[in-house]
Amino acid sequence: MPEPALDVRDLVVRYGAIEAVHGISFDVQAGEVVALIGANGAGKTSTLAALSGLVRPARGTVRLLGRDLAGAPAHAIVRAGLVQVPEGREILARMSVHENLLLSGATDATAMYERFPILAERRALPAGNLSGGEQQLLAIARALLAKPRVLLLDEPSLGLAPKMVASVFEVLAELKRSGTTMLLVEQNALRALRLADRGYVLELGRIGLTGTGAALLQDAGVARAYLGA
Amino acid sequence: MADQIYNAVFIGSIYALFALGFTLVFSVLDILNLAHPALFTLGAFTALFAMQQGVPAALAVLVAFVVCGAAGVILDRVAFAPLRRRNAPPLSAMISSIGVSLILIRLIQLQYGPDLQAYPAGALPAAVFSVGGLELDTLRTVIIGLAIGLMLALTYLVRSTRLGRELRALAENPRAARLLGIDVDRAIAATFFLSAGLGGIAGALYGFATNSPFSQMGQSFELKAFSVMIVGGMGSIPGAVLGAYLLSFGEIASLTFLPSELRDAFAFGLLFVVLLVRPRGILGQRDVDRV
Repeated sequence: MPEPALDVRDLVVRYGAIEAVHGISFDVQAGEVVALIGANGAGKTSTLAALSGLVRPARGTVRLLGRDLAGAPAHAIVRAGLVQVPEGREILARMSVHENLLLSGATDATAMYERFPILAERRALPAGNLSGGEQQLLAIARALLAKPRVLLLDEPSLGLAPKMVASVFEVLAELKRSGTTMLLVEQNALRALRLADRGYVLELGRIGLTGTGAALLQDAGVARAYLGA
Repeated sequence: MADQIYNAVFIGSIYALFALGFTLVFSVLDILNLAHPALFTLGAFTALFAMQQGVPAALAVLVAFVVCGAAGVILDRVAFAPLRRRNAPPLSAMISSIGVSLILIRLIQLQYGPDLQAYPAGALPAAVFSVGGLELDTLRTVIIGLAIGLMLALTYLVRSTRLGRELRALAENPRAARLLGIDVDRAIAATFFLSAGLGGIAGALYGFATNSPFSQMGQSFELKAFSVMIVGGMGSIPGAVLGAYLLSFGEIASLTFLPSELRDAFAFGLLFVVLLVRPRGILGQRDVDRV
């Protein structure tokens, strides 16, 4: 097997005395979409925070194309190509759509305006005036401008109207077709597993199950716990 | 009358330069840097020291900018960064900046004593010219021009440059700023450099205008800059400039029309009235519009 694009080994995340993630390992191959699913409090967001350098992992390695980024400052991680679309979008509400895109460090946002025409229409508006779905597109566009080697997505469908959820997943499917490597963290396990090549189920800070997206969708335990079946 | 307006514009420009640095740090980091008056004083004395070595006044202002800017960065590393890393409450940062302020003032006193100093004779332009019957001195006119130029430059920097975008992003949402790949430590250092550098220039210019720098000269500016910032709208740059001129015009108006004992009472009363009408300050918004 070739070297994974993202290879996480024995990752431990602690907040003071509380350990949120207990030494998990997973990998994402180049061009692959991997879903990380799990209930609230399973450690999904803590894992992503550690990958992005928002919290320093207590232990473990985070290799991006062979280079260990564990403990590196957040900006160095983004520059290395591990870019996160955070939960809740975290767009800069008072800055214009265009300024939000330029914050990625890119000087030219034309490619994203062609890809997402709605953003071109709204480019001069404060990003806070956009609908939730449009904000999610903006957050994705902003991350893509940073030229990710691996794109991390934290709950991209959270809080969106059902119609918007569908169109956000349509965008993700398109990114998959164009070969973007993605780690997708989602509570919407059904959609996430349908899109993903493989998935990991995170339970109380440990990896419970792993398998192809299709296999996990058919797993009775997964169905009971996350698909509401 | 024109004479009084000229004075108000002059002193308002100094207040504005001083308050801008104060506002910049507050808007990006949510802390009150109470060492700002000490940096203002350091600016006046850095220029004094440079000019005593024969450096021309214009260059001495630049030296004051760089030295105070660097001092601001060190101040952050020593007094604020360790507290930030441990998520200390903003009050701790205030106390820590008071400590640095006292140390800095004492160091200046160690070198120059507590008394009034003067810049080397002949080092400052003394020419007076008249425009339409109004007597203007070159020094103050240049200072006003420079101060306004710096305010415009800062506004441009914050609104239209990459660094400015990064500072605004950091002010609005530090977590998002980090996830976007903004080097937060570098952006904070830039904030302190600009803030302290502007404070240092303000000190040098005010020192020139009065030609009597002394180690406590920053003190009377502290309360004024604080009020100006609040009246303008916490963290708003144009607000701080507006607030500064409002205060200076209020002061000059009271000096012109009222007994001089009432100067501060009138000027601060004016600011109080503004706050009654607009509790969030002139340009303050509901969800404070930062930088």
